[in-house]
Amino acid sequence: VKAATRGRSLLLTAALSVALASVLVPFGWLCVAATHSSGDVFDSPPPLLPGGHLLANLTALWQSADFGRVLLNSAAIASVYTVLAGAVCTLAGYGLAKFRFRGRGALFAVLMLGLVIPGQVTLVPLFQLMADLRWLDTYQAVVLPNLALPFGIFLMRQSLAAVPDELLDSGRIDGCGELRLFLRVVLPPMRPALAALAIFLFLYQWNDFVWPLIVLRDSSSFTVPVALASLQGVDDTDYGAILAGTALAALPMAALFLLLQKQFVSGLLGGAVKE
Amino acid sequence: VSVSDSAVASRVPAAKAARTAPRRRPAPYLFVLPAVLLFTAFKLYPIGRSFVLSLHRTVDGAEVFAGAANYRRLLGDPLFWTALGNSATILAVQVPLMLALATGLAVALNSRLLRGRGLFRLGFFLPMVTGLVAYGIVFSVLLNQRYGLVNWLLESIGGPEIPWLTDPLWARVSLGLALTWHYTGYNAMILLARLQTVPAELYDAAAVDGAGAWRRFRHVTLPGLRPALLLTLVLSTIGTLQIFDEPYVLTGGGPDNATLTIGMYLYQNAFKYFDFGYASAIAYVLAVLIALLGLLQFRVLGDSS
Repeated sequence: VKAATRGRSLLLTAALSVALASVLVPFGWLCVAATHSSGDVFDSPPPLLPGGHLLANLTALWQSADFGRVLLNSAAIASVYTVLAGAVCTLAGYGLAKFRFRGRGALFAVLMLGLVIPGQVTLVPLFQLMADLRWLDTYQAVVLPNLALPFGIFLMRQSLAAVPDELLDSGRIDGCGELRLFLRVVLPPMRPALAALAIFLFLYQWNDFVWPLIVLRDSSSFTVPVALASLQGVDDTDYGAILAGTALAALPMAALFLLLQKQFVSGLLGGAVKE
Repeated sequence: VSVSDSAVASRVPAAKAARTAPRRRPAPYLFVLPAVLLFTAFKLYPIGRSFVLSLHRTVDGAEVFAGAANYRRLLGDPLFWTALGNSATILAVQVPLMLALATGLAVALNSRLLRGRGLFRLGFFLPMVTGLVAYGIVFSVLLNQRYGLVNWLLESIGGPEIPWLTDPLWARVSLGLALTWHYTGYNAMILLARLQTVPAELYDAAAVDGAGAWRRFRHVTLPGLRPALLLTLVLSTIGTLQIFDEPYVLTGGGPDNATLTIGMYLYQNAFKYFDFGYASAIAYVLAVLIALLGLLQFRVLGDSS
């Protein structure tokens, strides 16, 4: 019986290894292709080992797309968004989870409606609003519309519901103000949930495409996905440069995920995934 | 505070009074205020405005009331039906395949027989943090008909040269492959979380009753997964009907509109032809479709609880 179990175990592990390898091929290939020139990428047979063209690709990327500026735009927008949206979602989640007030149920229902109404419904009026405000090509046009993210509010409401009422009550009896109570008592033990929210928000904004594509018209204000898509559209596409840029966009996020995956996965699922 | 109020308050225990007291205080409203303001300005207002736009036409730069004209035009627009058909095809073919794959993956990732479970979970979840544009670009090069890695591998084992992105049917397959690559791990994560709440005793009992692996899966695992499967199905439906980024980067909606989705058609009308009224009508039809399908899925598959 033991030998049979061991055989099944090996078989399962082997099968899953093959599946995982095919899932990871695009990442591995991206790392290789980013180091080859556009011509070599489409060579036959395709390159399977790293080449020596990475620096030339990056130089081309910096010259053709001002990619340093683009990376800076993306990092700034994603960072500001993470801080602001994190604050808005946490505050709202706390208000909804730990207070009983008139209109709470209705408010929550309306916010959750935002989860199911497709973002495309708001695309056109939001664009017009941004144009009227003369906010096209600005950071605030990218950041502001999605600050009250329904999913983020939902997540924080779930997490903050676990804060014991007795803890809040005893703080209030001691004369602690509501804001101080929130900052000093409620938030500190919430670090894992806040970390998960922050990673989620950062990834969301870093990868977001449609909205930045619409409100960012000038190439000096582009974010990474918008810049990459614009490079791909031209006639004589430099795929070496684009793939180097794609690697710069994707690999840091993959590294971030690998470093913080425990907080991320358990935070998103409310601690549901166990070892 | 009126006299009767404080009289009542003095009779309830201190802790309970403290808990109910905020009802008359501004604190909860201040906590939700930023979200309410932002949501009203950037979500509720545009949702309402979009409906108004859908009833208008732009004539010489001015909005003219057009009643249901945009909606009537939509019904007779072959491209809209093509886009709807394409989205429906993905929904009918790719989503069930992906969810079946995700279920298998979740079961495997939960199995005690698997060595190095932590590493496998990490690897399979990795695609979901990759941006749509990034993986769209990578897939478009990998699937290049003459020079791509995939066809080179196929040919080296004697397979045919497949026109992944240039043939209408294969372009749909490519889109489905890309979507499956990106979202299977995400769905498997949701399913895995649920799977871990299924009590081990149920499996032991089934094994004692002589149930084989398939019957244990059929009668213990699947019923246990039901709520999570419903969740992933609804999320995938909402996501699929809105798909935009993948065809935009991978196929540009082509060839011959084979991968034109409703999301893409909406974008084209709004930001290529600047026909905001028509685009808004498409958006509203899309929203109604998503709401109806979501409701239907809950009604048919949801538990009575």
